Amino acid sequence: MDIDKAISAEPRRPAGASPIEFRLDPASGVPTYLQLVHQVEHALRLGYLKTGDQLPKVRDVVAALAINPNTVLKAYKDLETKGLAAGRPGQGTFIQAALTQVALPELSGLRRSLLGWLADADTAGLDEDGVVALFTSVLRDFYKRRGGQGDRGGASGETEGVA
Amino acid sequence: MNVIEASGLGRRYGGTWALRECTVAIPAGHVAALVGPNGAGKTTLLNLAAGLTAPSAGHVTVLGGQPAGSPMALDGIAFVAQDTPMYKNLSARDMLHLTRNLNRRFDQQYAESRLGELGIPLKRRAGKLSGGQQAQLALTLALARRPRLLVLDEPMAMLDPIARHDFMASVMMAMAADGVSIVLSSHVLAELERVADYLILMSRGRVQLAGEVDDLLASHRLLTGPAAEADRYAERLSVVHASRGEAQAHLLVRATADEPVPSGWEAHPVGLEELALAYLREPTTVLPGPDRARRRPLRSENGERTEAAK
Repeated sequence: MDIDKAISAEPRRPAGASPIEFRLDPASGVPTYLQLVHQVEHALRLGYLKTGDQLPKVRDVVAALAINPNTVLKAYKDLETKGLAAGRPGQGTFIQAALTQVALPELSGLRRSLLGWLADADTAGLDEDGVVALFTSVLRDFYKRRGGQGDRGGASGETEGVA
Repeated sequence: MNVIEASGLGRRYGGTWALRECTVAIPAGHVAALVGPNGAGKTTLLNLAAGLTAPSAGHVTVLGGQPAGSPMALDGIAFVAQDTPMYKNLSARDMLHLTRNLNRRFDQQYAESRLGELGIPLKRRAGKLSGGQQAQLALTLALARRPRLLVLDEPMAMLDPIARHDFMASVMMAMAADGVSIVLSSHVLAELERVADYLILMSRGRVQLAGEVDDLLASHRLLTGPAAEADRYAERLSVVHASRGEAQAHLLVRATADEPVPSGWEAHPVGLEELALAYLREPTTVLPGPDRARRRPLRSENGERTEAAK
């Protein structure tokens, strides 16, 4: 294999204007466009992306990941439908709104009570996988009971649960 | 607009039909993947669409009704044949020169700047370029004709993983930049899974399944449940492929997500590769529509052949 020759043949990509760069996990089984959506949401939650920031240009994503431009467009359209991003003609797609954030003091309170619950679970003998399984199941039931209002901007409807 | 439209298309070599009764319409604006085992008829179909061979039966048009092989059709299609054949003793520059003089339209500036970006020396003989560079040279010659449809026959079979990634990125860039429609063939679905949004599955000279990838995935489910109930349950469904062990059975069926699942059974969404494999394992199963989908009893299989459904 002429690996080094192949590397030198790769066209160099200009530095992107976006604060984030996408990656793909081919083994995850999650559809490619959804992986992009999740990564934007994740970056929003963690503060890597803020309102007004530009998402990577479609052409840059296509060049970097060798994926279908329709896939990127589909991901960006999904983000637009969710009200998180907006396209500006001739410029690109920009972050329009942050995900509904809970205020910081409340967040640390929630964190504290969760830690307490985890300690209880640990005492009761649940290991990490057990905690995840229990939490996931309760979480799903909770939002199911709320009649699908629990659109956390996540994988709603796409990754259907195995009942 | 359909970039390729075939109706009753067939091609016979001697007494053997390489392609038969092929009726398919590939819409524009997609990356359409033609997938199937060796000898399925992929290359024959592409050659017919490109106008390189004449049909023995039926007819084929391209780019919205242009007869395949007509001057209008040839102008709009660029075809890169299997293993990107090249005049090995000609330099890259000579290959550009040759292609420019053989075509009505050729964007010399685009071709030169693209080769420059890729670091392919114009002076070097085509035969002395690496496999990846040869493929990129062939792609450059094709794209410089400014086609509306780019047809690639097994374009990446000879390439190492990095060259493969770069090649596919180049193809996708052409689509993003110029709106070129893409039709490409491969016997390895995995290498097209990331890019294809339209799938044509072929086996034994026939089209088995065709449609937008999202629609195909949404209309199939994998059901897992007790083997004892599988036969009775399968009666009521259109089963594409079944595999079972002593206790548990997996049925890949045509059904949407809102179809009710009996208790004791679980429904999972299917991946593209899983779906394609299920059809290819049952070459007689053809999907023209739900009404004609075949309902068949389960083939009894040994427990050891049970597929671990992933």
